Amino acid sequence: MRANGDTADAVSDPQPLSKSELDRSFSELYRTHLRDVYSYAYYRVGNHHDAEDLTEQTFLQAYRHYERALRESVGRPLRPWLIRIAHNLAANYYRDRARRPESAIEDAAVISAPHTTETLVEGREELERILAGVQQLPDDRREALIMRFALGMDNREIARALGRSDGATKVLLHRAIKQLEGIVEQPAPDGAAAGVRAS
Amino acid sequence: MSTTEFEARLRAALHPVEPPGELAARVERTLVELQELAADELESWELSAMRDPRNWARPAAAAVVGAGAGAALVVLRARSRHRRRRDQSANVLDLAERTVRDLADEARRLLPGGD
Repeated sequence: MRANGDTADAVSDPQPLSKSELDRSFSELYRTHLRDVYSYAYYRVGNHHDAEDLTEQTFLQAYRHYERALRESVGRPLRPWLIRIAHNLAANYYRDRARRPESAIEDAAVISAPHTTETLVEGREELERILAGVQQLPDDRREALIMRFALGMDNREIARALGRSDGATKVLLHRAIKQLEGIVEQPAPDGAAAGVRAS
Repeated sequence: MSTTEFEARLRAALHPVEPPGELAARVERTLVELQELAADELESWELSAMRDPRNWARPAAAAVVGAGAGAALVVLRARSRHRRRRDQSANVLDLAERTVRDLADEARRLLPGGD
């Protein structure tokens, strides 16, 4: 049995893996979670170019510490560990460049369900307002929402990724949603949605 | 709008983003190159050179890279300088030589006592 995404993250075998087994196992982890890490990176930095770099750095950093992480995971999924690496790298990214996430997110969400033109425009504007609102949240609340809604992580996983207790994470998510609701419900000043318009 | 409805819209707004197709290949290639470069570095080193302690840093640096410690950093730093090397290189061989030299220099910097 070898690591296979989250199922095989659960390596409880005390026997150390050979180098080739480790590499194979890491490749599977990488393929399983590439989209998660990329999605997280994208919503954190706001553009595809930096998201690619952040994703690459995350996996290289993960590769470097993979054996130890596997040993210490005691069968738990490694996705929170990966996201935590991305979280730390993103923090460095902002510290080094002394900048906040870009207000505009490229290629803002598109609505996949069929709609009339009118409802499509309304829906798109609403999604843009929500995305703009997410960018206005404090870092921890924004991250918790990204993990929950973009990555589908549960409270426990988010707690591990953020280094918080399950209870504190539940409260954090609740407050984040409430704050975002408040932001979105505020009447938008003219042209506000343009700030998050897809480029 | 109820909280449930709002969460549904939030889920639609924060949909998962598919990574570009070539990103997966790029990261895998980087990891493979990392191991191959480290192996080549060790293999190409002549044993006779090991008599001189001043030369010990180089294979030690390669070993560090091969073992994974600091490897990501080495590659990332080297990658960031790739474009500059490419501009400076007269041909592909020259570029390859500059790349290997740059990786060795970067790895050496990561060693204790390195500059």
